[in-house]
Amino acid sequence: MIPAKFDYIKASSVSEAIGLLDKHGDEAKLLSGGHSLIPAMKLRLSRPEILIDISGISGMNSITEDGNEIVIGANCTHAAICNSDLINSDLNILAQTAKCIGDIQVRNRGTIGGSLAHADPAADYPAVVLACDANIVVEGKNGSRTIAATDFFLGIFTTSIAEDEIITTIRFPKVANGNYQKFFQSASRFAVVGVAVVKEGSGVKVGVTGVAGTPYRATAVENAYSGNSDAASHAIEGVEDELMSDHFADTTYRAHLAKVYVKKALEA
Amino acid sequence: MQISLKINGKTHSHDVEPRISLAQYLRETLSLTGTHIGCDTSGCGACTVHVDGAATKACTLLAVQVDGCEIKTIEGMANGNEMHPIQEAFKENHGLQCGFCTPGMVMTAADILKNNPNPTEEEIRHGLEGNFCRCTGYHNIVKSIQHAAETLNS
Amino acid sequence: METYIGKSVKRREDARFLKGAGKYTDDIKLPGMTQAAFVRSPYAHAKILSVDTSAAEKAEGVVAVYTGSDACGTYGVPCGWQVDFKDGETMREPLHPLLAKDKILHVGEAVAIVIAESLELARDAAELVNVKYDVLPAVTCPKKAMESGAPKVHDQWGDNAAFDWCIGNDRAEVEAALASAHHVTEMNYKNHRVAPNAIEPRSYIADYDVNADKWTLYTSTQNPHLVRLLMCAFALGIPEHKVRVVSYDVGGGFGSKIYHYTEEALLTWASKEIGRPIKWTSDRTEAFLTDAHGRDHIVHSKMGFDKDGKIVAHLTDEFCAMGAYLSTFAPAVPTYLHGTLFQGVYTTPLIHLNVTAPFTHTVPVDAYRGAGRPEATYLLERIVSKAAKEMNMDPAELRLKNFIAPFNGTTEPGYQTQVALQYDSGNYHASLKRGLEMLGYEDFRKEQAEARKNGKLLGVGISTYIEGCGIAPSAVVGSLGARAGLYEVGHVRVQPTGKVSVFTGSHSHGQGHETVFAQFAADKLGIPMDDIDIVHGDTDQVAFGMGTYGSRSLSVGGSAIIKSIEKVLEKGAKIAAHKLEAAEEDLEYAEGKWTVKGTDKSISFGDVSLTAYVPHDYPEGVEPGLDFSSFYDPTNFTYPFGTHIAVVEVCSDTGKVTVKRFVACDDVGNVMNPMIVDGQIHGGVVQGIGQALLEEVVYDGEGQMVTGSYMDYAMPRADDMPMIETDRTTTPCPHNPLGAKGAGEAGAIGSTPAVVNAVVDALAHMGVTDIQMPVTPQRVWKAMQN
Repeated sequence: MIPAKFDYIKASSVSEAIGLLDKHGDEAKLLSGGHSLIPAMKLRLSRPEILIDISGISGMNSITEDGNEIVIGANCTHAAICNSDLINSDLNILAQTAKCIGDIQVRNRGTIGGSLAHADPAADYPAVVLACDANIVVEGKNGSRTIAATDFFLGIFTTSIAEDEIITTIRFPKVANGNYQKFFQSASRFAVVGVAVVKEGSGVKVGVTGVAGTPYRATAVENAYSGNSDAASHAIEGVEDELMSDHFADTTYRAHLAKVYVKKALEA
Repeated sequence: MQISLKINGKTHSHDVEPRISLAQYLRETLSLTGTHIGCDTSGCGACTVHVDGAATKACTLLAVQVDGCEIKTIEGMANGNEMHPIQEAFKENHGLQCGFCTPGMVMTAADILKNNPNPTEEEIRHGLEGNFCRCTGYHNIVKSIQHAAETLNS
Repeated sequence: METYIGKSVKRREDARFLKGAGKYTDDIKLPGMTQAAFVRSPYAHAKILSVDTSAAEKAEGVVAVYTGSDACGTYGVPCGWQVDFKDGETMREPLHPLLAKDKILHVGEAVAIVIAESLELARDAAELVNVKYDVLPAVTCPKKAMESGAPKVHDQWGDNAAFDWCIGNDRAEVEAALASAHHVTEMNYKNHRVAPNAIEPRSYIADYDVNADKWTLYTSTQNPHLVRLLMCAFALGIPEHKVRVVSYDVGGGFGSKIYHYTEEALLTWASKEIGRPIKWTSDRTEAFLTDAHGRDHIVHSKMGFDKDGKIVAHLTDEFCAMGAYLSTFAPAVPTYLHGTLFQGVYTTPLIHLNVTAPFTHTVPVDAYRGAGRPEATYLLERIVSKAAKEMNMDPAELRLKNFIAPFNGTTEPGYQTQVALQYDSGNYHASLKRGLEMLGYEDFRKEQAEARKNGKLLGVGISTYIEGCGIAPSAVVGSLGARAGLYEVGHVRVQPTGKVSVFTGSHSHGQGHETVFAQFAADKLGIPMDDIDIVHGDTDQVAFGMGTYGSRSLSVGGSAIIKSIEKVLEKGAKIAAHKLEAAEEDLEYAEGKWTVKGTDKSISFGDVSLTAYVPHDYPEGVEPGLDFSSFYDPTNFTYPFGTHIAVVEVCSDTGKVTVKRFVACDDVGNVMNPMIVDGQIHGGVVQGIGQALLEEVVYDGEGQMVTGSYMDYAMPRADDMPMIETDRTTTPCPHNPLGAKGAGEAGAIGSTPAVVNAVVDALAHMGVTDIQMPVTPQRVWKAMQN
């Protein structure tokens, strides 16, 4: 399997990468870990003419603390997230999620920025960025802007990142009480259902991936929550018409699993 | 595109097309055919090598991406005729049959044991989730890695 | 002196594999080698309106482009087994063309081959071939393929049947017995289609040497000589003595690499056309779309019991898919490798199996690990367990009640089944008893009852299988439709220094022949293993061979080697007698030397070998040399059997099944190397569990494969599986010199029904009586809801 021909440019700075994106428009694609993009290119389902490798840009793979936030460079690998002391102590839900992604080899290469930008409807991170109310910081030719997680995912493989923009960092509030629960598809090991729950005071925030074409905040669950897991029955409220279906899980079963996993995450 | 990288301790420089994967580069340009291609889309793990010390699927990495990196392949595991303790353990425990997934298994096992020198059976199995074996049923691969852990820790 | 039989000798082949120095076909590079890429149909059923190759031909680096309109379009690969219709009509055997010319019959069928200077350029140019199709409706289900009005796969025949077939007792007699039975258990299900998925994809290099007028085909096959025979005699009509087929290391086969594939013949043909070597290695997508699949039976079955639980009759009707064409052994799989095992390990007095084998718009189906026998075992072991539940009997007790009594096949005769075969030797009671003991069956039942009170769903499933291996003798299989013999060749060449090269027609692709064959050869010759080399996989080196499949290597291939060793020792004795100035009958051979009985006068194997090649002081009338080849044609199949028991836990929330324990007590006859036998069992069991829980090839209504990648086709990974607990009983095979029965397929045959039985057992109190395989979380959850 060989991708169609393309030119490869290793960007050394964010501004260089943005300039290249601006210049080449939709002929160009960004390459970070490449674990979704390269297989798609080999199957010739994706055929960019220019690949802009951003994995070597310095400063994009740090994990730092900024007041009550943890700032994660978009090029941080899943493995780096699993192994970060800071994340393990102050944003454990994210470390827990990263451990569920792919396998050792994939975690060693795949990045959080790449995964979010790809917006696979069955990826794991979306549930967590939603539940944590994380902010995705992007930079483009008009400068930098911050996109709230709830405004980030627009549909299957679709986000609100503009064509000339790059995710530079993801800013998470510190989370003391959160967890991610996943029921994986037995072949791909992507989420059939992935539920992230963050508990704050008497309230709860719930992010759901894998269930609908777009990952979502289960606001109906959040509104109904009163300290126990009964609210799980509202897991798919509002997305009933967008439930995904395949030979592993039809809509009925997926809806059931969503309730089971919301309950599980609420009880964890 | 010109790349230069260190493979099994030796520096190699070549002009490669950007679309050539690291696995293809190793196999076709350098004749390091121990790195196998089973699915070519990062599903099976037969192509696992170490890039700067971390297990990586070489089919889903372009050779140009690893310019300047240090690569270790299965050919670099043994010390001359003396096999690495993980290789020895696979032989001792019949951890391979047709041998095709074996290089990837050994390279992944090395990553598992580097990060967790005393893994439980469950941790080993979880660590191998990116590697298919169709012959052994994994039983003896798990035993091999347990055995290798003992040897490496002694 | 060290002996080797029965010991877990570590494998000699391991060092090269562990160092990355194995030699698989794709590892080979020849000077001037070109690379091929295929243009394959995206449709399951379509008319080819036009194929325009002009742009591809002009593309960078392209050496040649061929389509079905070129000379190669008239060639096709043959089927190796003929099963005619019950009414005498000859099996319908369509041309299986190397490239489709007018019509596409399955997704992935090749329309054109593009040969270029590199793989990249071949792939690029293949995209430039413009094929226009008229898409037609497709049928992928074997039962639907036989409904009136179903889309036809081959227009020249009235319906989609390739053949139909039956075996056993008179149908009316069986139906009458069922009608008067005390209890009848019925099953309707699909033994679904699976993809073999050897991790090494198929890979071929064809090389034509114009000066020698000789072809060499390097191929990832289980069966080099048969590939040569089928390709030369049937596919291409080229002289067999001008063709060398080489199959060095092969990365797993599981049946899928037995067959002669179209790409092998096409590359061989094209290599002469272009005068350069050509390589093609399948990618994984092509593997899913073009490697022969396994199973795909739709089954309706009834088993009748008397009031004591004794089976009185068994009637089954099946629709068994052939796919778009007849692959090499395809017709044998749902017939002679399947119906002949319908006796199982039970005394069932009346059996009838009726098979309809239709063409479907899918890749061909052929033998996949177990081939016909897993399908038979699944049916028998599921229906017996289902019956036990219905009759409120323990499934172990019902089995024990119906088992054939033990027989050793020597002082006691073999067991004549109702379905043609005569079993060689068996002790099914001992196997089940040992299996139950390994599990701690009684204790488990208590644990299960306790767990159930706490809402935990535990289940146990038993499977007591039998299989037929080492299919033979040739005359019998010939009468059943085989177009080849099923003997094996073993050639023992003693070198002048007493070192030994053994050439075998068996082919190792993971089974460890290089070790095991040397083990028994060393013991029989009384020399160290290090003095013996095993050579296989090259038609220029090995006289002939029938390859490795059907767990035949040791029982058939091993026996051929033993025959040659006996000839070596017989001739050696003549030379020894001459040198020792003694009568042959006064000599005994042990520990690598001939000794005159009752004396210390002896001569070593090495000295006799040297004498044979330097025949100065030599017996009169004896030829020089010590080199023998033998063809061994067994007198019967061998019949391994065993007991597999699975313990599963079902998650009540999700339906996900976890295999908690798996016990396998197998009887494979005499064991040469326990480590290797255990390894074969482990691997087979996990493949069988894979079919039970995870794996399924799914086609949609248009005949598109929904599960054509590892993102959608679920194969067992390390963390899906438990450790496998193994033990053995030993009932030697009475009719071959090693007493061996075969171990390659047993695991995959016994395990599948054990797992499904366990899942159904876990849910029995909810009224669940059956679940369609693979028992995915979704299917289990839905079963729990009903």
